[in-house]
Amino acid sequence: MIYLDLFLGFLKVGCFAFGGAYGAIPLIRDVIMSYAWLSDETLTYMIAVSESTPGSIMVNLATYVGSNQAGFWGAVVATVAVVLPSFFIILLVTAFLKSALKNKYVQAVLSGLKPCVIGFVLATGVYLIVQNCLSGSNGMNIDIISLVITLALAIIMIVYKHISKKKLPPIMLIILSAIVGMTVYAV
Amino acid sequence: MNILIDLFLTFAKIGMFTFGGGYAMIPVIENNCVERKQWITHDEMMNVTVIAESTPGPIAINFATFTGYKKAGFMGALVATVGIVLPSFVVIYLISMLLDNFLELTIIVNAFKGIKIAVGLLILDAAIAMLKKMHKKKLPRAIMICSCIAMLCINIFALDFSPISLMILAAVVSLTIFVINDAPEQKGSANR
Repeated sequence: MIYLDLFLGFLKVGCFAFGGAYGAIPLIRDVIMSYAWLSDETLTYMIAVSESTPGSIMVNLATYVGSNQAGFWGAVVATVAVVLPSFFIILLVTAFLKSALKNKYVQAVLSGLKPCVIGFVLATGVYLIVQNCLSGSNGMNIDIISLVITLALAIIMIVYKHISKKKLPPIMLIILSAIVGMTVYAV
Repeated sequence: MNILIDLFLTFAKIGMFTFGGGYAMIPVIENNCVERKQWITHDEMMNVTVIAESTPGPIAINFATFTGYKKAGFMGALVATVGIVLPSFVVIYLISMLLDNFLELTIIVNAFKGIKIAVGLLILDAAIAMLKKMHKKKLPRAIMICSCIAMLCINIFALDFSPISLMILAAVVSLTIFVINDAPEQKGSANR
């Protein structure tokens, strides 16, 4: 039954997808391919859509595959399944968090994990920026237009912060970048 | 305002306006939940980031569940989680129904090219903010640099290597060094 397949498939994604969406893409690909829900090409296309639409990439993929395979209720079932494991895991962790976090060994583990996670975020940011500024089939040519937009947006962020002493709200930057993209790339 | 409604609306707003998945959501969640609403502290925020990284599932769900539970128990967790999922659910459902070839519209493709650049910058900005608040000690710095380089290699060479292995390694190294420093009297006899 398709609803059961969708539920179990995305429950598996929700249970084993560690390290956020970028780390989870291989697992999602594996599950989707094993049920033959999407072709490889459609999946790549859908990852791009999930990255470019609001919300969590994993949840977006679940909603899309569910809707694509079994309409509205398919979308509901797949989305609930992908969310369920982390919902209950965090409830459990939070219920014991306060006492557990005071433990010195837990503190030692966390003080190792924190910089590790910061390293991941830094690497992801750098990788995405560099990837956006490269083009060509081998990815070795510099995309001048993207490079200029990247620098311009970075300068706007820095200048705004210096003038108003506040961070430019991320939503504003995204709206601005969409407008810039629509005008500059259209030429 | 009723806390449940407030939680729902705030997380629906976060879900509506964060592009680019988990890491891109971190600055928006910090802006809303730490700075404006003061529902959670910056330290709690970092702890949840770590827990989110070490437990499976989407990072944004972890934040919503944690913040909701802290403010209003189980119902709070439920309401916040539904709130963060709902906007993208509606958007993706509409895309899959109405615009099968969404990305073939040139104007949308161009807008997304611009958005992708903004997403990269936002993630880098989040990383810099976290770096500034990190402990200025040798060990965290070394771990941060190693994990960053390893993650870059995984991305560039498309390695089939889970970030969770790196995190386990970082935890083991940190715990081992803590245990060695914590018990200097046993150093000569028990260790290694």
